Amino acid sequence: MRKTVIRSAAAAILVLCAGSFGIHAQDASEKEIERYREMISDPMSNPGYLAVDRGEALWGEARGTKNVSLETCNLGLGAGKLEGAFAQLPRYFADADKVMDLEQRLLWCMQNIQGLDTKDVIARRFSGPGRASDMEDLVAYIANKSNGMKIDIPLSHPKEQEMAAVGEALFYRRGGVNDFSCATCHADEGKRIRLQGLPNFSKPGKPAQETMGGWPTYRVSQGALRTMQHRLWDCFRQQRWPVPEYGSDVLTALTSFLQKQAVAGELNVPSIKR
Amino acid sequence: MKRVLTLAALVLAAGSFTSAASAQIAAKAPDPALVDAYMKSTFGKAPAEWQARIEPDETLKTCNAYHNEVPSAEADKITARELARVVYPGDGKFLGNWKEGAKIANNGRGGQFSDPPDTVAGGNCYACHQMEQKEVSYGTLGPSLTNYGKDRKYDPQEIKNAFTKVYDSQAVFACSNMPRFGVNKVLSEQQIKDIVAFLFDPESPINK
Ligand code: HEC
Ligand code: HEC
Repeated sequence: MRKTVIRSAAAAILVLCAGSFGIHAQDASEKEIERYREMISDPMSNPGYLAVDRGEALWGEARGTKNVSLETCNLGLGAGKLEGAFAQLPRYFADADKVMDLEQRLLWCMQNIQGLDTKDVIARRFSGPGRASDMEDLVAYIANKSNGMKIDIPLSHPKEQEMAAVGEALFYRRGGVNDFSCATCHADEGKRIRLQGLPNFSKPGKPAQETMGGWPTYRVSQGALRTMQHRLWDCFRQQRWPVPEYGSDVLTALTSFLQKQAVAGELNVPSIKR
Repeated sequence: MKRVLTLAALVLAAGSFTSAASAQIAAKAPDPALVDAYMKSTFGKAPAEWQARIEPDETLKTCNAYHNEVPSAEADKITARELARVVYPGDGKFLGNWKEGAKIANNGRGGQFSDPPDTVAGGNCYACHQMEQKEVSYGTLGPSLTNYGKDRKYDPQEIKNAFTKVYDSQAVFACSNMPRFGVNKVLSEQQIKDIVAFLFDPESPINK
């Protein structure tokens, strides 16, 4: 039953997306998608919640050479404490002496707590047809435990400050055959590329809050739950830059910067987006 | 009269505010060596040719340092440097085939890591500009170019300026968000001529 509801809702959105040709059609379909979003934030009909369920099972599953679960992994608020942890990431972890986002931290816990060889997990970092992603599922589950909470990343440690400052510099760093940076597409109010609206992240406030409060998200166009790592991978593609290495520092730095612009934004995830 | 003066004062004040703000941006930026270390951790395994593409040249270094809000002295240096990089057609002709130009303007492929290596890159102009009236899928990062040639009375100097602009946008406007198509070898001389014809041919749908 649950699956059928999800399917038909997703299908309805796909039709809406496919129909959005003209600008007016686009506006209308944005409104329709908005309406669907409201309907679909109910866990019974947002397909992203299937990932949440899978993530919950993975979190408790004993794996690796040590054959233990991730349940003692400390995401910043204490071993195994998930409520509110995602709202405060990226942050500095003394045991790794590093600022990490959720995905980097999960890989660290898999390697250090479970003794898991993460090669396969990294190979499946983005799901595809017939290929589930542990990372997407775990992120969906853990991020969901911050719902209703406000983004509030710690910036008191010098390494946290460095991460956000480098993130800002990277946001404006131009390159590639088109001389693009994030700022080319995301530093002005009310702009669009072709027909796609572009949120302005150059200053703190609503566009950043609403955006970051909605990731991870179920992307209807891809039929998959996606994390910020995937969104940035996709934007680097559009930026005509090389493939960014998964779970690496430029991505964490940009995420820190975006989270800083989004402070006080409320999380409601997994959301559902085009 | 008083109004005019107040307005002038406001404009002046706004101008000096911008340069103070941009000086501040440059001052609080992290050490470039630190940023490079981050870059290496994320892109260090990319093929050498790809890494070379994201190495900023002198112009981009300045744009990056000021978040594109360059003070006028730096802006002058950039436009002079970039103008010297424009290679004008040997035959002195700027106008190619507008029909080809229309296709190039609408083609957004090329340069992405998901593109096959032999992809012929387009100009992707519609990503940022309105052009032909009948094309409704256009972006707004740049100004509308509808009626571009007609509005400029097909003036030969304007035609040359447009060639310059597309070849190297920063020869005209320092730290423009527009790509430098000729300098970065995204578009060939012939493709740029075709694009200029799309803008300036009286038969082009841009001018209809
Ligand atoms: C060439 C243009 C372009 C560049 C460059 C670019 N993006 Fe994007 N970005 C987009 C588009 C298009 C979307 C999708 C908007 C939509 O779905 O309506 C997007 C979406 C996003 C989103 C999600 C927005 C949302 O509403 O969920 C984030 C976050 C983001 N970009 C960050 C970045 C960062 C950080 C960079 C630099 C690494 C970057 N982008 C570079 C075009 C770009
Ligand atoms: C990433 C966005 C972007 C792309 C892609 C782009 N432009 Fe631009 N373009 C701009 C911006 C922003 C401006 C205004 C600032 C400036 O003059 O540099 C501009 C300005 C121009 C101007 C000068 C307009 C005037 O005021 O006289 C012309 C002509 C132009 N673009 C043509 C093109 C053509 C032709 C293409 C495709 C080959 C193209 N642009 C692709 C962003 C873009």
